[in-house]
Amino acid sequence: MTSAMDKIREGLDLRPVLDVRNVSRFYGDRIGCAQASFRLWPGEVLGIVGESGSGKSTLLRCLAGLDRPTGGEVILEDGGESLDLHRLSEPQRRALMRRSLGIVHQNPRDGLRMDVSAGGNVGERLMDRGDRHYGKIRASVSEWLRRVEIDPARIDDLPRNFSGGMQQRLQIARVLVCEPRLVFMDEPTGGLDVSVQARLLDLLRNLVRELNLAVVIVTHDLSVARLLTDRLMVMKGGYIVEQGLTDQVLDDPQHAYTQLLTSAVLA
Amino acid sequence: MSDLVRVDNVGKTFTLHNQGGVSLPVLANVSFVVKEGDCLVLHGPSGAGKSSLLRMLYGNYKCTQGRIEFRHRNSWVDVAKADPRDILDLRRHSLSYVSQFLRVIPRVSAIDIVMEPLLLRGTDEKISRDKAAEMLERLNIPQRLWTLAPATFSGGEQQRVNIARSFIAATPVMLLDEPTASLDAKNRDVVIELICEVREAGSALIGIFHDELVRERVASRRIEIQSYNAAEAA
Repeated sequence: MTSAMDKIREGLDLRPVLDVRNVSRFYGDRIGCAQASFRLWPGEVLGIVGESGSGKSTLLRCLAGLDRPTGGEVILEDGGESLDLHRLSEPQRRALMRRSLGIVHQNPRDGLRMDVSAGGNVGERLMDRGDRHYGKIRASVSEWLRRVEIDPARIDDLPRNFSGGMQQRLQIARVLVCEPRLVFMDEPTGGLDVSVQARLLDLLRNLVRELNLAVVIVTHDLSVARLLTDRLMVMKGGYIVEQGLTDQVLDDPQHAYTQLLTSAVLA
Repeated sequence: MSDLVRVDNVGKTFTLHNQGGVSLPVLANVSFVVKEGDCLVLHGPSGAGKSSLLRMLYGNYKCTQGRIEFRHRNSWVDVAKADPRDILDLRRHSLSYVSQFLRVIPRVSAIDIVMEPLLLRGTDEKISRDKAAEMLERLNIPQRLWTLAPATFSGGEQQRVNIARSFIAATPVMLLDEPTASLDAKNRDVVIELICEVREAGSALIGIFHDELVRERVASRRIEIQSYNAAEAA
């Protein structure tokens, strides 16, 4: 029972969006992260869990082009070509990041321009991309505000007058409006109330499915990982100690550290 | 009828690293084959490892010994050693797991939960919604509840929402862990009907049913699972 959509997917998905080979980041003698290898395909959501200092954010920064690994390769699939993110020239790397990568920061202030209107925050990404038709940009922005459940009537308001949850949703609209194929998220629900978190998680689940996004999400919250991710990597001391299907890693953890981590959760 | 599942010499031992590295063997040497239209009942005392076996078949528990092969996209996938990506694809199209518990997602309505498996397979939203409504109606969930998130539903209602979600997109192989437990007679009969329909359509089922009556009406074969012992198909 193969639908037409599956055929399209199968055809497109022969190559991973992201191919991480033996990535390490050292700070002098100290290990940030070491020997990380994995591949990610469209539509897959990969979670990275581990305690503070386990290297999960360091790895994410290397993958997203925000930090330079000491060794290893980060290969991105871009329009049929495989490009090594850290071997490109600076302008090429920036262009690639603008074109195919999205980064959602834990703190919306790091991802938004607080002195520019909500609509401007989303619309300027379209202008960066070369869109010039004001009416079309504004329509597209309104549509994205609606998708992230912000009343389009607030298009001209400044993000600093938004609640934390709204700011985070606005940041997501700003990232997704350019239709990246690969999105990195660092604790996207970190600073939010539980009820606001639930709404954001639900929104992210739907957007991932609709846009067939590949996502790498760093979180310390195992219930967020269970709800949002297909695959899970567990990090400790800079190393990946276990990886596999999310439900398998959480329900039948193999490594001593993962067993400790999952046994500390109440539900 | 062709084979859909081949389980060969499967075993499972848990190792508890933080409790002195203790080893807990739960199953060993389980073998069976399931064909199209079969309904194999796992039978045995509680604690024998029936649920663990079902979870291993689904890839939720790691298999420490043997092979668990499913027919998938005109080939075979061995869950005991497949990549997560292949298991995810297997689960999307060929294998599903039906428990008596609904994993509630905050804020998502009952009807959206039920239609999600169809959307994931690329089915049109309108068709998916109509089919979800039909399933909820069949399972006697009052229409006023459809647009509400099931967190506040009774246990029985949540269980039926879960069954609706599971049977809306029947897969070639379905694993059932006591789907009728604690349902009233009317709803239990609906579930029996659903099981018989998917069998007739050629799906294979592997299940645990404590209710003797349900077992008699749905089973085509049974296998005895004895605690940490060789199991033989009857």
